[in-house]
Order: sequence, then structure tokens, then C-alpha cells
Amino acid sequence: MGVQRKDDYEARRGHLAELSEKELEERFWQLANQVVDPLLELARTHTTPSIERSVLLRMGLDSLTSKAIVEKALQNGVLEHGAGHCVWHYAETFGLEISQAAKRLARGEGWEKVKGLFGEVRDNA
Amino acid sequence: MPDYTLDPHIKINIEKIMENLKDYRPRRKGWTWRKLIPHQELGPFTYFQTSAGLKASQSLPAAGFFGGIDPQPECTITSEIASGRFEDDLRRMRMAAYHGADHIMVIRTAGQSHYDGLLEGTPEGIGGVPISRKQLRATRKALDMIEDEVGREINLHSYVSGVAGPEVAVLLAEEGVNGAHQDPQYNVLYRNINAVRSFVDAAEAKKVMNWAEIAQIDGAHNANATAREAWKVMPELLVQHAINSAYSVKVGMPKDRICLSTVPPTAPPAPALRLDLPYAVALRELFVGYRMRAQMNTKYMESDTREVTVTHTLNILLSRLTSADIQSTITPDEGRNVPWHYNTMNGINTAKQTLVGLDGLQEMVEIKREGILGDRVRELKERAVLFLEEILETGGYFEAVQQGFFVDSGLYPERNGDGIVRDIKGGVGTEVFLRARDYFAPVCGHFGINRIPDGVERTCSKIGGCTLCVPKKIQWIDELDEEDNVNKRLMKSRPYREGGLTPEVQWAGDGVVSMTLFLPTDIRTAHFAALEIAKQMGWEETEVIHKQVMHPAEGTVLEVKGKIKVTIDPLTLQMPEEEEQLSAEVIRQKVQERPMLGVAATVGEDEHSVGLREILDIKHGGIEGFGMKFHYLGTSVPISKVVDAALETGAEVILISTIISHGDMHRLNMQKLHDLCVERGVRDRLILVGGGTQVTNELAREWGMDAGFGRGTKGIDVASFLVKYREEHFSANVRD
Repeated sequence: MGVQRKDDYEARRGHLAELSEKELEERFWQLANQVVDPLLELARTHTTPSIERSVLLRMGLDSLTSKAIVEKALQNGVLEHGAGHCVWHYAETFGLEISQAAKRLARGEGWEKVKGLFGEVRDNA
Repeated sequence: MPDYTLDPHIKINIEKIMENLKDYRPRRKGWTWRKLIPHQELGPFTYFQTSAGLKASQSLPAAGFFGGIDPQPECTITSEIASGRFEDDLRRMRMAAYHGADHIMVIRTAGQSHYDGLLEGTPEGIGGVPISRKQLRATRKALDMIEDEVGREINLHSYVSGVAGPEVAVLLAEEGVNGAHQDPQYNVLYRNINAVRSFVDAAEAKKVMNWAEIAQIDGAHNANATAREAWKVMPELLVQHAINSAYSVKVGMPKDRICLSTVPPTAPPAPALRLDLPYAVALRELFVGYRMRAQMNTKYMESDTREVTVTHTLNILLSRLTSADIQSTITPDEGRNVPWHYNTMNGINTAKQTLVGLDGLQEMVEIKREGILGDRVRELKERAVLFLEEILETGGYFEAVQQGFFVDSGLYPERNGDGIVRDIKGGVGTEVFLRARDYFAPVCGHFGINRIPDGVERTCSKIGGCTLCVPKKIQWIDELDEEDNVNKRLMKSRPYREGGLTPEVQWAGDGVVSMTLFLPTDIRTAHFAALEIAKQMGWEETEVIHKQVMHPAEGTVLEVKGKIKVTIDPLTLQMPEEEEQLSAEVIRQKVQERPMLGVAATVGEDEHSVGLREILDIKHGGIEGFGMKFHYLGTSVPISKVVDAALETGAEVILISTIISHGDMHRLNMQKLHDLCVERGVRDRLILVGGGTQVTNELAREWGMDAGFGRGTKGIDVASFLVKYREEHFSANVRD
């Protein structure tokens, strides 16, 4: 339940009353940008299962394989390195095609090796 | 490229659309705007706000008075088409494009926004269509063919919201979708998807959409539809638009692909324009450079399609008084059922008719910016600024959502405490992870930290190109469910699409019909009586879809729908032969060889002369233009005088027109003419023709005429008939 409040527009608007139309509009956009800046920083530094599946799709994997790989990456605690990174790194290290590597990882194979590839790199970027 | 082209006289072959989908690629990416042609001459008029015409289209019913012109407004026209069976929707999309829609929006099936991943195959949807690769590819393929038929690019639109936003964005980008809704606030407020996840996902989704040049529409209009008193959320709407717009620009979207979804908040009997116009002006002044997607009001609509159409006409007046880059349409029956085929066309026509009717309005009329409008604009802007200030004071967006700032029914800063409250740690899909120091995603269109290995030029070169750069890498899944898929549904609907004819409003063979009836009784009695009437007519699953009091005691008008199990084989129909019309040249030549003389009159107590004069006059393309000579006797002429005049002048044709049909005047006059001619022994020397709005050829012949002509008749129709009839029935020397 949010708070209840009578319309106190007249009391609140004092500091806006003298602004020109242009100044008022500039203030609107300055505040809007201030609201979204921290949200954008959050997006820049974080990832989600859907983002990671979208990366795998773009690597040429189908949706079922992508879903399985992201689930396994989550279970093995390596999603924060990037699901695409896991597949690419695994394929590169063992000389596999991306699709071959993806199939194995989707079946749940090879994750210990993937974990080994990333070592202890876990902290913030 | 499409496998085959559409023939305007042949139904679209859905089975053929479904063939070879695996290898089909969309022909372009990105949104296409119509292009304004500033002073376009069409028929007798010059237009200020139209775009290029269509190669093939259905013009407005009244276009026949103006040479059949079909002016296309300069703004995009949207039609929402999603019945749950996308294969039936393809036919409706073709009809919509033919009426002038170039933005086809496919609503998603209920629940898809909470599905954590992509749907595959073509299951049936509820309240919308399951958006999948196969559904999108088939739809895009059909639209590619439809755009060739009408001669204009058609934008396909879907939704990038829900817990699988980034994946859906990739799917849409890969499949050539041109427009999409994307607004993380929609997830948070209306789908209770975790707020942090929604914003993190949104940045990735927007980046992908931007790669594909997809036009984005935000979700602010939902606050109108949700808030108890829609007109009070106007300050908040400005804030919601700003949050999504600022976020999108920071991700890299150009302003001209960011469309604000705006709805006039009120409808009559509210003093709608006085409330809606200041808001529309404030919005356009604050959001310079962005595009406006003007939606029609859905909040205050009942089952009366007439009332809805008036509200939507006012909405478009508002668009023309301010601006609209995309004019969306809502079907007039949305208040009572899932939109029917023909109501989709009605919605499009309401937009097209009104936009064209208001063409160039601002050349003559301008908004009075000073005065009550200006005061109100200023107030709305200030209230929005105060809203943003309080979000920041509270600790930012998430905190504001936790405290129920949004969709509160108070006119901010008034608050009624009924806003939507979301816990930042709660909701669907809470998994959000800090990216590791070595985070890497080897693909294009990716947002945020990406530790691309040194020396790599393009992000995706490590994997030999991503699907955005190398589309042939896109993986195809056909169907996952052996029963619930398009092939099974097409098998069932084939008899209705190929052989028999059954009425339909939505799906092939649905058998739905409706009727309008007036019952001289009170509303409750009328309701049950109407259902009983439909039942006795043999209808099943009957339902009253509209009822309206004409007077509490004197009567009620109702619309009833039901299903009938009637299928007609068109090949067994007894249809009168279609008259083959002679060309103007041939008619002229025949009349020159053998002159034709006639008399014409509007008969009975009837002062209407317009229709008959149009049939006669040279300047209206009438029959005198073919060299025939007619004595026009005037209006309200007694039948006996008409016959006298024919005999005196030696005419061989009598044309009579009756507009008034009260008391069957049109029937009586025609019978009287026939009888009198028989009585005087001249019937077999004369060609008798009856015309009028209520006349048909079949009726007129039943009443003793040789032919009848009704609404929409042109001079050439009558002239062609006369020449042919004379050749068939009177050899050249009969009257010498």
C-alpha cells in the first residue's frame, strides 16, 4: 500500500514557478537522466539467464540447446563469465566446433573442465 | 524471395506459405516509414498529408463519388491482428493491408511473458499468438508477398517484454521483424517480473533491436488502461515515457526509432478534447525528436460499436491537431469480443477516413497555445518534474516502485495509495549476476562489459561470425508438439478454405453469424426474447453481444451472435449471369449507327432528381455522352404522362426513377408503368427501365420492367444494357 496524500501541487511548485518553459523542460530531462543512470550502470555490469541464452542463440545454437547450457552454467557457478564464453573457451581449448562443444555441454558433459579453464576469476569486472 | 506471387482474385495459399520455411530469409531489416508527398493531386483534389498510393487497395465506400480515389495518409496505420491461430490471421493481414494498414501488430498469447525462454513450433494461443520462429517466419513470408500485392512495405510487430526479452529480441532481429514493444516498466508494473532483471535485460534487448533497426514502442499507455481514473495519471505518463526514452537513448537508440505510445486518456461523455489536448501538447513539447504512436482509447469502451467509432474519430482529430507518426487502430468490437475480421477493417477505415478527412487541418486551424491550454500544459510539465524529483529524493527508481509511486489513481502529487507496489527482490525471474572480470560474449549487438580478446576486430570473429552477421547460422526447429500445431489445424480447416462456404468472423469454418434486432419491450425481456429467437432460427451458442435501451418501455435494440452449421457449395449456387458490359467505344458506335431516343422521369410524388440526372447527363458520364437522346420530364411526373410523352416523341426507351420506397411506391410505380403500356398496346415496342436506391435488377424484372438499376449504377451500365437489349429484342427494321 502506497502513501495517501492530498494534492499539494501549489505548495510544492514554488521552486519551479519562475523557470522558463525551456528551463522547465531541461530540468525534466536532467532528472530523467539522473533516474536512469544507475539503472544503466547495473545493466552494464550484470547479466541474466536470458541475456546469456540470447548470446548462445547468436552463436548459432538453437533455443533448446541454449536453455540447457545456461541451466548447466548456472548449476556449475560459471554463468558470470558468460555462457558464450564457456562454449567458445571449451571448443577452442579442445579443438571442437562450436556446435559440437555446445552439444556436449548441453548434455552436461565437460563442465569440470570449463570450471578449470576459468580458475579463480570470479570477482567483479 | 517468396515462392509465388499473390493473384488478387485467388485466396492466399496457406499450405504453400508453410513450405520451405527452413530456408526462407526476410528481404530486409528495420522499420519503414511512409513518405509524405506534400501536394499530391488525386482525382479532383490536392492533398497536403498523404503518401504514395497503393498498387491495389480497397478505397472507402464513398470513394465512388470521387473517381474511386484511395488517398493514403502520410502516417503509418497499425492493425492489431492476433486471433490465436496465426494461419487464419494471415488472411486477415492481407485484407488489412488491402485497406491501408502497413503495421501489423501480433499480440502474444497469454502467459508468454512469463515463459523463461523461446517457444518453438506453432501451438494455438489464447488471447493472442504464441510468438515463435516458425510463426514469425511464416508471417513475414506472407507479408512479403502481401506487400508486393499492395505495393507498399509492411512492418511486422511483436513484443520484447517478459522474462525472455533479450532472446526474443534476437529472434525478432533474425526474422526480419520491424517494430516491437520494449519497456522494462511494463514488466515490472503489469507482469510482476523482477525489476532489476527487467532493466538489465532491457539494455541487452534494446541493443539488439537497435542493431536490427527495429522501431521501439514503449508501454506507458498501459497506465491509462489500468488506472481507475485514466486522466489523472497524465503526469506519471510523462515520467514513464521519459524513463524508457532516456534509457533507450543511453543504450544507443536514435530518437526517431523511439516511439511513445500515447492514448487520449478520456472519452465522451467526458469533455474529452479539453482534457486530452493539453496532455498531447505537453507530451509533444517535452519529447521533441521522438516519434508519436497515437493509440485509440480502449479504457472507456462498451459494446456499442457506434459509440466506440465516435470516440476513435475524436482520437484522430487529436492526432491531426497535434501529430502522429503511427496511428494505431482499435477495432470497434473490442469491447465485446475478440476482434472480428470485418471490424479490423472498420478500425482501419475509421483511421483512414478521418485522417484523410482532416487532411491539412493545421494549414487553417492552429492550437491556441495561450490561455487555459497553455496553463494546463505548464501544470502537467511541472507535476511531472515534481514526480521525478520525488523519485530521486526517495532513493531512485526501484525504491519508488517499492513505495507504490506508479499507477496511483491520484493526480500527482496527489496520491490515493492505490499504486502498484513491487518488491525489488521479488517477482518472477530474480536471477541477476555480476559479470566476472573476464566476462566475454563473442557476438554482436551485446550491451555492457565485454572483455574482447586483444587483436579481435569484430566481436564475433572469434566464432566465425554470429547469426546477426551470418544469417545462415540461424538454427531451425520446426514443431515440438505432434498434436498442437499448424499442420493439424490446417487439415481441419481445409474444407472451409477450399470447398464449402461457411460464415466466419475469426477462424476458417467458425460458423459465427450475428444479427441486429429491435424488440418493442424492456431490456431484460428483450435479452431473453432475442436469445430465444436466435435459438428458434437454429443458431447455437447464442449470446447477446450488445443491447441498448431505446426507451425503458418502448423498446431495446440488440445484437445477437451465434453459430450456424450451414455450408454452401458455391458451385451449386443458382447465380444470374453477370452482364457483360460493352465498352464506351462500342456503345457510341452502335448508337451512331442506330440512334436511340428515350424519355426519363422521376415518377410519383418524388422530388429527387440527382440520381437520374447523373445517369443522363454528359457531364456526369451519363448515357447522353454515348449519343443517346433523352427527354427529361422532371420530378413527381404521373406515370400516364410518361407514357404519353414516350408515344408523342416516338421514344423507344422509358427510364423511370423512384427514390422513395415508403408504402412500396417504387414497386407500384413500376407495375403501373408496365400495365399502362400493355393497356395501350405498346409494351412490346418499348424498353422499360426502373431505377432507384432500393431497386435491384431481379426485383424490377419481377415488377414488369426489362431491367432495374440500383445504388452505385453508372451511365455506362444503363447504356450498355440498352444497346444490347435492343439488339437482342428489336431487329433494326421493326419500327420502320
